[in-house]
Amino acid sequence: MKTKIMKRTVSALLASAMPVVAFAADKPDSLKIGMTAFLTGPASVFGVPARDAAEIMIENINAKGGINGVPIEINFIDEGAGAEALTSEYRRMVQSGGAEVMLASISSGNCQTIAPLAEDLQVPNLMWDCGTQRIFEENDYKYVFRTQANATPEMLATVAYLLKTKPDFKTIAVVNQDYAWGRDSWDIFSTALKAMKPDVEVVAEFFPKFGSPDFSTEISRLQALQPDVILSTSWGGDLDTFVQQASQRGLLNTSTFVLPLAESSLERLGAALTDGHIVGARGDHYFLHPERRNDEDFQAFMKQYEEKTGDVSVYPVFHASQAIAALTGAYEKAIADNSVDWPSEDQLLAALEGLTFQGLGRPVTLREDNQGVEDQLIGTSVQTGEYPFATLENIMIFDGDQLTTPVGEISIEWVKTLDAGFVDAISFDQFDN
Amino acid sequence: MNLAIFLLALFDGVAYAALVFIVALGLTLIFGVMRILNVAHGSLYAIGAYATVSLTGYVLALGFAPVLAFPLMIVSAVLVGIAIGGPLEYFLLRRIYDKSEVLQLLVTFAVFMILEDVQRLVWGTQPYFDSSALQVLGNVSVFGVTYTAYQLILLPLIAVVLLLGMRFFLRRTVTGKLITATTEDREAAQSIGIDADKVFLFTFVIGAVLAGLGGALASPTTSILPGMGADMIVLSFAVVATAGLGQIEGAALTALMIGLGRSFAVYLYPEISVLVPYLIMVLVLLVRPEGLFGSPAARKI
Repeated sequence: MKTKIMKRTVSALLASAMPVVAFAADKPDSLKIGMTAFLTGPASVFGVPARDAAEIMIENINAKGGINGVPIEINFIDEGAGAEALTSEYRRMVQSGGAEVMLASISSGNCQTIAPLAEDLQVPNLMWDCGTQRIFEENDYKYVFRTQANATPEMLATVAYLLKTKPDFKTIAVVNQDYAWGRDSWDIFSTALKAMKPDVEVVAEFFPKFGSPDFSTEISRLQALQPDVILSTSWGGDLDTFVQQASQRGLLNTSTFVLPLAESSLERLGAALTDGHIVGARGDHYFLHPERRNDEDFQAFMKQYEEKTGDVSVYPVFHASQAIAALTGAYEKAIADNSVDWPSEDQLLAALEGLTFQGLGRPVTLREDNQGVEDQLIGTSVQTGEYPFATLENIMIFDGDQLTTPVGEISIEWVKTLDAGFVDAISFDQFDN
Repeated sequence: MNLAIFLLALFDGVAYAALVFIVALGLTLIFGVMRILNVAHGSLYAIGAYATVSLTGYVLALGFAPVLAFPLMIVSAVLVGIAIGGPLEYFLLRRIYDKSEVLQLLVTFAVFMILEDVQRLVWGTQPYFDSSALQVLGNVSVFGVTYTAYQLILLPLIAVVLLLGMRFFLRRTVTGKLITATTEDREAAQSIGIDADKVFLFTFVIGAVLAGLGGALASPTTSILPGMGADMIVLSFAVVATAGLGQIEGAALTALMIGLGRSFAVYLYPEISVLVPYLIMVLVLLVRPEGLFGSPAARKI
């Protein structure tokens, strides 16, 4: 009896001592990571470029010897198979597939599902692309980090650019996809607009069904209403169809289009996107990034990517680069900070806190609530003839710090407190092209 | 709502209805004759669109005039009908005519899913857009609103021609009469010497060509991308079910109702525009469960 109690006490003591001495892990043969992306379905316009980019970047890292001699092995999960298949695949990859870090996901709904799952499974998860601002506003996570911005800074940057370049507009209409992103982004955009320029009149709000093949009726009505500005946060095939149909019928000549995600459609839109429309990129993502285009690493990657895919890079490629930069950065920092061959999970998590890393754009920093602070690039479309599609001019890169909702606040409440002075006070860098 | 707006909504509705009708026509023809609800119809629509974009892109890249896009649409539609519709009926559907409806539905649904993946293999996942045909015809201005002549004039015209052509074909030509006879009673038709297998194959190919033509005609106006077939099959099924399965004139009327309902909703109350086709369907089926033009079917034992 006595010995039993003794044994228990000793093991309890040992157990309690464990976290104090964070043991380094053994160096694995390879670092297994998983990445979720839409490889099928409409959002594969984002998932496929991101996968291609991730493969190139990881090949490059491995060619240089991996992280401290450990090569990275990446596996992909298709988000297009539905939330249920996604969570079970995710679970499998972590529990029996040996994935040490996960990169998930594109869909905001999937991010909302995966964040608590990652906590449960105790696997570090880098949210590499999803837009919802709610993740860290409604919950605290230990294992979840976001290596990019969210809807709030993306929309605020768009409003700021619009107010700086077209301060006198009177009327606006919106044509967004009828799902969470379309509704939420308009919520933030319209709230910000009301706060900063209360005299603007919203003349029409359209939320056509997601994947709508036809916007003819909306376009007729917009032509009759003639708003100064037409906002659409749509993307992929929806955005292409809308802009093409609007262009065919001359709507682009009478209204200024504001398209926060059009950077990802520039190449496909070709000549349809005429001069003078506002184009966003969900961060400072642009294959001709004014500060980065002359850098050797940037040029080398763009060349590799174009050779592999035949297309120019779009923002998911940049988002993938940021997540991978955060991953390698965190491992290297954890290895250096603790002078170990390979970090334990706790050491890795500690390294991720407040980490600054640089993918293909400007450096991004993870805040104390694990939200990334990413700068925002917005520009105006122009057909220069240099490419068979529109490129950007009058580019502004806004400082992410000022645009991101302060830690602990709810975006929509915070945005309501802004006023016209916000736009004047915001710091940004301007480039001709 | 003033007259101008009323007319604008009318034009939009008619243009939209025309396209939906063309696809629904093929679906209802196949159902009328073969009693099979062909879910793969949606894939044939999508492949028709993809084929048109690829063919047009290829031919125009060779330096030919954009006006060639029109004959190429017909070429694509016929290609879809013969190269995919033909083998589909001959090798697969022929085996399941006497099986239960559930099995038939599952088989065509399986074909639909296989063809969805085939599209992805062949054309990838990036959207395509080629509006050469539409640009050839230019624009028309009505009350200060610019329409494309393609959508405002050509599409409705084609829909009307197809409707009248199909009526004429089924009632006035020998082949059409054979099809109608087989539809009425397969056994009786066979007993008087009609080759029902041949009639079925022919009907299915025609139906498939119509699906392909719908896709071909839609291609200059919309992004061609994975998933477009699923949307169209749902909508055209709504049309066909509301009209009464197998009813061609009914399909025309229902497509028009749905098109107009949708466009008026966008003008008056945009939030419900997505619901309109299904609201119409529910309302009609509540009153007439067999559809607007359908007659209560005598169940075969």
